[in-house]
Amino acid sequence: MKTLTGKKNLKILGLASALGLALFGLATLPAAAGGIKLLNVSYDPTRELYEDYNKAFSAHWKATVGQDVTVSQSHGGSGKQARSVIDGLDADVVTLALAYDIDAIAEKGQLLPKNWQTLLPHNSTPYTSTVVFLVRKGNPKGIKDWDDLLKPGVSIITANPKTSGGARWNYLAAWGYALKKNNGDSAKAYRFVSDIYKKVPVLDAGARGSTTTFVQRRIGDVLIAWENEALLASDKEAKGKVELVVPSLSILAEPPVAVVDRVAAKHGNAKVAKAYLEYLYSEEGQDIVGRNYFRPRDEKAAAKYASRFPKTNLFTIDEVFGGWQKAQKTHFADKGVYDQIQKEGK
Amino acid sequence: MTEALMTAPAAKAPGKPGRPGRKKRHPSVIPGFGLTLGFTVLYLSLVVLIPLSATFIKASHLTWPQLMDIVTDKQVLYAFRLSFLTAAAAALVNGVFGLLVAWVLVRYKFPGRGFLDSMVDLPFALPTAVAGIALCAVYAETGWIGALLEPIGIRVAYTPLGVIVALIFIGLPFVVRTVQPVLEDLDKEVEEAATSLGASRLQIFVKLILPAVMPSLFTGVSLAFARALGEYGSVIFISGNMPLKTEIVPLIIVSKLEQYDYAGATAVACIMLVLSFSLLLAINLLQKWAGGASRAR
Repeated sequence: MKTLTGKKNLKILGLASALGLALFGLATLPAAAGGIKLLNVSYDPTRELYEDYNKAFSAHWKATVGQDVTVSQSHGGSGKQARSVIDGLDADVVTLALAYDIDAIAEKGQLLPKNWQTLLPHNSTPYTSTVVFLVRKGNPKGIKDWDDLLKPGVSIITANPKTSGGARWNYLAAWGYALKKNNGDSAKAYRFVSDIYKKVPVLDAGARGSTTTFVQRRIGDVLIAWENEALLASDKEAKGKVELVVPSLSILAEPPVAVVDRVAAKHGNAKVAKAYLEYLYSEEGQDIVGRNYFRPRDEKAAAKYASRFPKTNLFTIDEVFGGWQKAQKTHFADKGVYDQIQKEGK
Repeated sequence: MTEALMTAPAAKAPGKPGRPGRKKRHPSVIPGFGLTLGFTVLYLSLVVLIPLSATFIKASHLTWPQLMDIVTDKQVLYAFRLSFLTAAAAALVNGVFGLLVAWVLVRYKFPGRGFLDSMVDLPFALPTAVAGIALCAVYAETGWIGALLEPIGIRVAYTPLGVIVALIFIGLPFVVRTVQPVLEDLDKEVEEAATSLGASRLQIFVKLILPAVMPSLFTGVSLAFARALGEYGSVIFISGNMPLKTEIVPLIIVSKLEQYDYAGATAVACIMLVLSFSLLLAINLLQKWAGGASRAR
């Protein structure tokens, strides 16, 4: 018994000192770097993009203005990140997956003006992406377009649209395709999308999770994914094991960026935060975008990386669904179309 | 004979500190009751009560029909059923095998015992997401164990069984660590005496050991159960998150938050809290009643 308490005391001592060290570390961490500090709160797949871009922007700002800028990044699910900002995470800029999430920051957090999307060019989206398919090497199930997904014996991997922003783009891409194919008949589009979700064996909570399920767990015949994620997987992570298939029609995914005015003003970072986002549209910024598998807006950069991004027909969410607010309300809110699909026949 | 034996170790069971002293109205050995109680109340308020009441306040923005509408939704009801059933199943499995693990660690000396002993704590230390990914990798149909189970028709990953496996993993240390000290305090001489008086091994286990460890086993199992109910990180990777099939309540809460539906999310959370609290209370009462019954014999 005595030795036991002795051990326990030691354990507690160890824990306490570890805690103390951690607190000490936390306290000293922010004080280490000098100059301007900027926080960019982003979503999951942009990690590599902003690692590259932050270095370039710091160099650019030092060269033109002469100040040191350190940009920190925070990544996570788009919706979760937006909620953190609403609840007080000190983001100077946000670069998220959907306009809906930045709308929420404007509306519920009142941290930036409601017309934020008009303040920067191209709907405030300096880069775009789209929704494509990833299939096994050699495309054994012969998947070329959306209709092939419904072939018997094909199992589909996509994430849960209720929890993943990327999965919402996937859903809307399928819906938009079916709508166009059936001349705008929404009952037929409902049938098509419902049939797709019947063939999904796993609904991961996030887009990265479903990529893991498909690539690492080797479950499913086709992954519906962000183009940048699919390119990253087929070019680097799972080279030689998976192939990219671009459907005949897909959605133009526009992940928007915005300055969080109230926070940036409080930090005295308004000017540099704005410049940070504007530089994304510059020649160098657009080149970094293309290098990191996002589609550049700038034509020169787009031409340079054209071989990466196969040409296909793209529709926007505004054209087909009347914007994010409306799409969210109709399709993804509780008791919305997606919920009806899931409850059908059960 | 048995009466004295049974109550002695039971009184040392964890979770009931300081009670005998107060009952007998001895002046406390350590002064400062007022100060420490004040600190305890303040501390509990800051850490537990205030955040929890914030949950209830948020949920109280809803009217009664709205609340009923949310919690009687088919999808939500399924999730409640899955969460409670899998948590209970995992806690029971842990009750049996956790006791076994604790027994082996306490009663036998063998090389590598210290290593095994610290391994029990791993589920505490590991980030639950890592646990979830690891379990999923092993139990998916392409994983080491999953590939063996697939041919005999058992699918673990992406089924309720997978949820139970994840919950067993995270709940194991609770049972082992609550039962272990009690087993350590059990006198071997008593068992030897029982043997010399002609008791069989089964009799010793059922009449001597089990009653002694029962209170701590109850505590361990209910802790494991409570922990399992709220688990999110490890489960979402292995469950597959299919609506009406493998969706757990925490996932429902997250998907409501994803729509910025704070009231709806907290409503589900409150129902969850009330249900778990009543269940834990019931378990506690049952434990007291069982303890009283065995003492009365």
